[in-house]
Amino acid sequence: MQLNSERPAGTGVILVTLVLAALLEVVPLSDNLDWVRPEWLLLVLLYWVLSLPHRIGVLWGFMVGLYQDVLVGTTLGQWGLAYALGAYFMLAAYKRMRVFPPLQQSAVVFLLVGSAQLLAYLVQESVGRTFYPPYTILYSAAASAVIWRPLCALLRWVQLRFLVR
Amino acid sequence: MASANPTYRLLIALVLAVVLIALDQRSRWVEPVRYGFGYLTAPVHYLAHLPVDAVNGFMRLTETRTKLMESRERLERQVLILEQKVQRLAVLQAENTRLRELLNSSANLDASVLVAEIIGVDPDPNRQELVINKGVRDDVAQGQAVLDSEGLIGQVVETGPLSARVLLITDASHAMSVQVNRNGVRAILAGTGQGSRLRLLYVPDTADIREGDLLVSTGLGQLYPRGYPVARVVSVRHHSGAAFSEIEARPTAHLDRVSHVLLVQSMEPVSGPDMEREPGDAAAGGEEAADAAQ
Repeated sequence: MQLNSERPAGTGVILVTLVLAALLEVVPLSDNLDWVRPEWLLLVLLYWVLSLPHRIGVLWGFMVGLYQDVLVGTTLGQWGLAYALGAYFMLAAYKRMRVFPPLQQSAVVFLLVGSAQLLAYLVQESVGRTFYPPYTILYSAAASAVIWRPLCALLRWVQLRFLVR
Repeated sequence: MASANPTYRLLIALVLAVVLIALDQRSRWVEPVRYGFGYLTAPVHYLAHLPVDAVNGFMRLTETRTKLMESRERLERQVLILEQKVQRLAVLQAENTRLRELLNSSANLDASVLVAEIIGVDPDPNRQELVINKGVRDDVAQGQAVLDSEGLIGQVVETGPLSARVLLITDASHAMSVQVNRNGVRAILAGTGQGSRLRLLYVPDTADIREGDLLVSTGLGQLYPRGYPVARVVSVRHHSGAAFSEIEARPTAHLDRVSHVLLVQSMEPVSGPDMEREPGDAAAGGEEAADAAQ
């Protein structure tokens, strides 16, 4: 990991990875595959929190969440709330997270994504826009946990290649 | 350092989020925020749609001559049939206007339409929504009706600068007033949340609705224009003891296959009293039916 004393760099790269994640978030899939679409934006956000906790935190999470809200047309603040909380949990756990074995990391990601989605589901429920039962968010949380390690490796490469710190 | 107190920041974010959620539900004050973000989200939708465009363009380039000839012939035949229908339509329209004048009711206004392309589908299975490539800059407004060549699709619920969101008639939160084309029986058509399935609500057991009936929009509620086909009844089930029959319908529009849609620009004025009477009618009819069953 980079030292905290170094000057921050590569904000553009972070934004580009987030935009690519947003693209994956809305790329059209068949109805069945929609169930297991990972929470790309949240995963990318969690990665940057994990690797640059001194820069990327709760407020980033909140803004990215608001972006997600407008992107998928949910109540403004629904994902903002969920992502801010996700980023907060990651900030609290990043030191342990870094030394966890891969399987345990995926388990933590499953819990993080799952709890963020549950929060978003509660908001959506409160405005009457849910149709399927809440356990359906588990599919997407599980897909997120599975994709976490490969995504991590990819973003790590991007981070080293473009000297994001 | 800045990371000194993330809990404090979390509190700010939570309060902000809750305020935003409440405001978004209760008022239109957060529209500017959404509109601003719209400049950043629309390009992503356009970009996500790009591969589809590219594949379609490639297919068009590689189409064979015979195929083109075939489709041209088919279209010419279609034009001939449609022209013949339009001839009759002009006469009927004039007659209709005259009759309406005799009845002292408002004239049918011809709605102007805007063509838009679908560039996105809502990834959340809980919501049936589309994103189209026309926004406020193209004079799209909230509440506009959206159609395809076969029937109604939904309404515009959110407008960004470059794109707009369309709530489909199959969304679980959507309901509209329709009538049976054959005999004018009115009912409420509600979405189920599943693609291509709709339900007719509160239809008394005795109502004359059969399989295959065409349901058209009534224009009540002043959101949808009158007289557009919406759905076709696929099954009618009567339950002894239940007040209402269970009626399922399928949208006439191909919600899962359309690529271009029409936005209706102007609405036809409808008379007020009809609107208030309508739900009451259905309920009253339902009670009668229940009595009759006993």
